[in-house]
Amino acid sequence: MGLDFLSSILFATVVAGTPLIIVAVGELVTEKAGVLNLGAEGIMSVGAVAAFAVAHHTHNPLLGILAGMAAGMAMSLLFGISALTLMANQVASGLALSIFGVGFSAFVGKPYESVALASVPLVPIPLLHKIPVLGPALFHQQGLVYFSWALLGAVAWFLYRSKAGLILRAVGESPVSAHSIGYGVVRIRYQAVLFGGAMAGIGGAFMSVFYTPMWVEGMVAGRGWIALSLVVFATWRPLRVMIGAYLFGGCMIMQMFVQGSGARVTIPAQFLSALPYVATILVLVLISRNRGTIRLNSPASLGQTFLPDA
Amino acid sequence: MWLKFEPRAEPSRLMTYLSPLLAVGLMFLSGLLLFYVLGKDPIEGFRVFFLYPMKDAYSIAELFLKATPLMLCAVGLSVGFKANVWNIGAEGQLLIGALAGGWVALRFEHSTSPFLLPAMILAGAVGGMLWAAIPAFLRTRFNANEILTSLMLVYVAELVVSWLVHGPWKDPDGFNFPQTKVFSAAATLPLMLAGTRVNIALLFALGALVAGWLFMNRSFLGYQMKVAGQAENAGRYAGFSARRSVWFGMLAGGAMAGIAGISEVAGPVGQITEKISPGYGFAAMIVAFVGRLSPIGILFSSLLMAILYVGGEQAQQYLSLPSSISKVFQGMLLFFLLGSDVFINFRPRFVRRRK
Repeated sequence: MGLDFLSSILFATVVAGTPLIIVAVGELVTEKAGVLNLGAEGIMSVGAVAAFAVAHHTHNPLLGILAGMAAGMAMSLLFGISALTLMANQVASGLALSIFGVGFSAFVGKPYESVALASVPLVPIPLLHKIPVLGPALFHQQGLVYFSWALLGAVAWFLYRSKAGLILRAVGESPVSAHSIGYGVVRIRYQAVLFGGAMAGIGGAFMSVFYTPMWVEGMVAGRGWIALSLVVFATWRPLRVMIGAYLFGGCMIMQMFVQGSGARVTIPAQFLSALPYVATILVLVLISRNRGTIRLNSPASLGQTFLPDA
Repeated sequence: MWLKFEPRAEPSRLMTYLSPLLAVGLMFLSGLLLFYVLGKDPIEGFRVFFLYPMKDAYSIAELFLKATPLMLCAVGLSVGFKANVWNIGAEGQLLIGALAGGWVALRFEHSTSPFLLPAMILAGAVGGMLWAAIPAFLRTRFNANEILTSLMLVYVAELVVSWLVHGPWKDPDGFNFPQTKVFSAAATLPLMLAGTRVNIALLFALGALVAGWLFMNRSFLGYQMKVAGQAENAGRYAGFSARRSVWFGMLAGGAMAGIAGISEVAGPVGQITEKISPGYGFAAMIVAFVGRLSPIGILFSSLLMAILYVGGEQAQQYLSLPSSISKVFQGMLLFFLLGSDVFINFRPRFVRRRK
């Protein structure tokens, strides 16, 4: 195995992990506020198709990202109305969003299925991209890869070093207490949900405009759900999301790895494609095995409806 | 002035039943709006989408055909949902059921035994149960969230189907299409009405509705599961086993989804392909919710959902819209239902905005 090959494997792993980081970090913030939004898959799908359509018509990938983000926020607003304002069950509302989003994206995306998009040039970081092996893999990347790193840092800082983050976590741990000392629980939860939606929309945009770049029905292929699992895997800690995301990214490009390694064994392509899903299950089992870990780290009010009193 | 929701002293029984109707009404209205936005005549769109599927006897028979797998899956899922066991992987259990039953059909392709079909259906149920047993085991043994694991297994099941029909099970005389041999006559479910495609799987579905009703309303385990779902602590104090709820809820969903799967491949599909189910396992969740998790409700909501499926095909044919418009309506329906349900526990009131 040559160094170039190693570098390209690393490159592909990072690319495959990036949407997972972005979506999982958004969901993490949502969950830290005590809201379980299972709609990531649907939001990503709609974000992906919106971004693709705008990038296609304007020839501007940046506008595509913005469109994906806006679409993601609109979708998560639907979730917010259902789960926060109308106080519906969060699990059911999230499922509704996923079903709706996957269907809606297939519907509006139909005309774009045969359209190709120019691939977006990579952004080299001066000097760093010249490091052997790591340079081409990490520092001559899609712009959104750097964004995902900045996002991780910003969210980690926000949650654990800022007052607003402290309030957000308080809302997630004990909405009643937060409410009683005057914080608008529903308002803060809305903000968290919208942030999660925006990130899931960007994650979808990354898939359709930067990663593939094309739109096909069902192209999100469970990445939204994997991102949700990642939050559990990371035990609600931002930096651990990154480790998990690259782990899954590695699973997703296993096909390329097997082909490149020149191994003689023939493994059906479907087995390799199933790997990320099986890995998700294994990882969930490993983390959840210890009930204490989950109970200690998950926001105490996660998934529970908050009823603002009269 | 602004709208406020005041908690009711007791959940409104009336609204429990009105809310699905309200949701359907809202879906109709947004349907009109959607067709308008798409540049179609809203009335014409409404007619094609919602009324064409009921235009003649054959169409109505098609509705029952489509409602069958939905009914089966939904009644199975409702058992789990009542106990807050979130099996969202019915689609995968349906596929594995189809594979397990289909394996029997292909293995004994020359058999004309009257026991072939019962064996296939049994295998289908067992296949679905085995696939559902994985999340049940992981949940009860390792505390792994069944929502995520059961959903991940849907993708795995799809890939297993894809592998089999592209590889080991591919029909050697099938012009390289990814599909198995067509099942023999003895391995095909008999039709119920000549001239239609409705087969006796509809009877299984109706039987499942009755069984589901008896289980939920007349059995002690069903009662325990309801208590566990509505008041977890009360269930625990009474010594009801949460583990048993998870196992039973998952396995009931898996068995029914498995039967739905084998009924599809031994019925209208006739062989195993990559397109066994147009998302019946997911739509069944909506059917279960709209049917208020009750067998009688599920009977009606599965027919409504069948209209959405057939309506999508009609919209494709007559309005040249993608058939995925069905899924848009499905998602909207669930959203509207969840939203309308606010009236069950809350009373809307207009109050003056506080300064």
